[in-house]
Amino acid sequence: MNAQAHSAPLSVAGQRSESLKAAAVALLLGTVLVFTAGFSHSATIHNAGHDTRHALSFPCH
Amino acid sequence: MITRVLAAGLAAGFVAGLLVALLQHFTTTPLILAAEVYENQVALDARPGVVLSGMHGARLILAHVGHDAAPGAEAGDAWAPADGLERTVYASTVTVATAVGFAFLLLAGMLVAGDAIDRQRALSWAAAGFVVTGLAPAFGLPPELPGMHAADLLDRQVWWIGTAVATATGLWLLLRSRGVALPVLGLALLLAPHVIGAPHPADAGAGRVPAELAARFASVSLSVHAVLWVLVGVLAGWFWQRNETPVVAEA
Ligand SMILES: [Zn+2]
Repeated sequence: MNAQAHSAPLSVAGQRSESLKAAAVALLLGTVLVFTAGFSHSATIHNAGHDTRHALSFPCH
Repeated sequence: MITRVLAAGLAAGFVAGLLVALLQHFTTTPLILAAEVYENQVALDARPGVVLSGMHGARLILAHVGHDAAPGAEAGDAWAPADGLERTVYASTVTVATAVGFAFLLLAGMLVAGDAIDRQRALSWAAAGFVVTGLAPAFGLPPELPGMHAADLLDRQVWWIGTAVATATGLWLLLRSRGVALPVLGLALLLAPHVIGAPHPADAGAGRVPAELAARFASVSLSVHAVLWVLVGVLAGWFWQRNETPVVAEA
């Protein structure tokens, strides 16, 4: 954020929309990762992640 | 901005995940292995005639007899990692993936909130994260050992995810909104999943895992879960600040 204020000044609204865009990407990636690791019904993913699902108190099987 | 989020989330999740995978290896995994002995007894009793010898790698499949609605999960030929190093490597990989996912979710929340991202603030967000994915779901569905008797998987998953979403929204409204109505709504959202109640099997007590083992596992796994969030929070804040340093120096 400081970089933008320093070199190419962005409006506050511009910075805010940058943050929200980044947040949306992070939210999507985070949801996909946690869902795949913890909730996918694929037998292969389940068997690979079985111990982690139990250890992190996701419902496993 | 997107690059910075991805870099901090990946780095924090990777380090936190590896450390917690190591912790799991010495804490939760031995309890899981001990419980599977009982789980296999249940599975074998349910299917007389099945011979366990030579089916070492199929143990996880046996665990699903009569439990799992996942397509293909009951097929005897589904892949499972071999016990020992291979199993540890796969479990650790999934732990790292979960940690990276938690880190992304934490950073997403902080960005939406407009909070400055540093170690202290990220740590408070991590505490909220632990309430959302650890404490609140465990209030209804205790951490499961293999072989424990539980309700239908899909029902539990739906309740778990619903509880996490309601708890996250509830905490946000309770802590971050003004006035009376919205915080009260937040409180209601925090309580709602537990008023509705988690799905439990009608014939409770049909599992064979010793209660002592299950109790130890519940407390140990919740602690490990808390450690994961603390590490994710502190490291996400640290990596985020670290990426800013050269820019600050330049300015
Ligand atoms: Zn399982």
